[in-house]
Amino acid sequence: MLEKKVNAVVIGGGSAGMAAALSIAEKGYQVAIIEREDTLGGILLQCIHNGFGLQEFKQELTGPEYAQRFEDFVHKNRKINIFLETTAVDITQNDNGTRVVNTYSKKHGVILFSADAVVLAMGCRERNRGNIAIAGTRPAGIFTAGLAQRLLNIDGFIPGKKVVIIGSGDIGLIMARRLTWVGTEVLGVVEIQPFPSGLTRNIVQCLNDFSIPLYLNHVVSRIYGKERVTKVRITPITQDGKIDEKKSFQIACDTILLSVGLIPDMELAKNAGVRINHDTNGPYVNADLMTSQEGIFACGNALHVHDIVDYVTEEARRCGSYVHDYIQGGRVKKQGNVIPGANIKYILPNHYVTHRNNRLYCRPMIVKNNAELFIKINKKFVLQKKLRHIQPSEMISIDLEKDVFKNIQKDQNHTLEVSIR
Amino acid sequence: MICISCPVGCHLIVASTRDRITVKGNQCKRGEIYGKEEMLSPKRIVTAVVKIRKKEYCYIPVKTEKPLLKKYIKPLLKELYRLEVDLPVKCGTVLIKNFENTGINVLITRSMKN
Repeated sequence: MLEKKVNAVVIGGGSAGMAAALSIAEKGYQVAIIEREDTLGGILLQCIHNGFGLQEFKQELTGPEYAQRFEDFVHKNRKINIFLETTAVDITQNDNGTRVVNTYSKKHGVILFSADAVVLAMGCRERNRGNIAIAGTRPAGIFTAGLAQRLLNIDGFIPGKKVVIIGSGDIGLIMARRLTWVGTEVLGVVEIQPFPSGLTRNIVQCLNDFSIPLYLNHVVSRIYGKERVTKVRITPITQDGKIDEKKSFQIACDTILLSVGLIPDMELAKNAGVRINHDTNGPYVNADLMTSQEGIFACGNALHVHDIVDYVTEEARRCGSYVHDYIQGGRVKKQGNVIPGANIKYILPNHYVTHRNNRLYCRPMIVKNNAELFIKINKKFVLQKKLRHIQPSEMISIDLEKDVFKNIQKDQNHTLEVSIR
Repeated sequence: MICISCPVGCHLIVASTRDRITVKGNQCKRGEIYGKEEMLSPKRIVTAVVKIRKKEYCYIPVKTEKPLLKKYIKPLLKELYRLEVDLPVKCGTVLIKNFENTGINVLITRSMKN
């Protein structure tokens, strides 16, 4: 058993983990990155399509290229120690407050890391068939879209010959194109909502380009097949949300891909006593991205599911700077509450401070052009912002400059509410 | 048609007369360019994975450096699935230069050691 002492442990070596580690190490602190795979890069490695890095690098890169940039920076930084094929299994605390991360390493056996701070950057998991309860048999050939993407792009396995995709989120759409390009027949995408979840540009370049049908307002109501999937039954939903069985039809297929949502990976966090926010399925965090557990921070998909990696990098980098302040002895200044208002699904972080600028991230619940975002503190208007185009699948970032707070009485309890109309 | 240059996804109306193409409905210059290109010669960036020689279940991601004319996509994919790459490789290396005289190169998008 090995014991290692560092200033900070970052759990996860993907886009969030690498950016957070760099941010902490650049300020001179020793960081350990714990990564369960045999390489850094995380989910980016299997996202071989382009569209990454427009903000961070002013270029349109593929996932692996974006990961490569950060991997190269990480390898050049001597303060970052990388532990690959190492899985974190527990986070505890010593009597003096030091955090201990218990890990299993393929190379070294058990490694106990003690650190002043821990960063949760382990990303998210996919929602599965059980979460949406599709009736029918349980044959082979049912995959979540991300798993199919991993099997195809990393290991070279084509999951099937005739595929039906459930969910029109970007992962499902991207896989529709990818599968078509490897010779698989994509028979349709089934979406329960009246509009697609993914970006319009993906509807065009992943479905329309290949004449793949998109069934809006439909569900897969039954899966058939004994050892392998043989067909699905697809049923429309009426306007009042009821299943219209009479209008069902069937599609013969051998594979089903589920693209029905992502959930932050919170098992470690829950065991460590971190409070979970049910609006995001990630942790509650204060303005320093610290969870309810002292010294445990969170960023990236582990905190909330992102759509563009550039925001993950921004958030993780900022998290790293808060970790640095914390290790130096900085403690939380008085923070106000942040709550979601009209048409906002969730907003993060859950608190704000008045002595520096705040970057907030939120998701709208509606699709609209020329929408208006407005912010109230204790029910008084402080800021308004016009947004050209909003939709639930696109996160909104808000920069709250500290002079917005100049008229706020510092000693009172404050609630900041963000709404959209 | 819908412009795919950015997340807004403007609905474009593209018309061609004898001597020029007009684009309406775009909110920026990129939309105008996209509308014209899509009408005259639609192109797409192609991404795929290529087999690593002598390594089971090991693939390397690649991309076209610039958008490729749609009619060349199938032939390019066929060629990529035929190829095998030797390690080590560096991100940014040219795998195929000037595919079928289109002027488009195919690049490797990830570094991998032996």
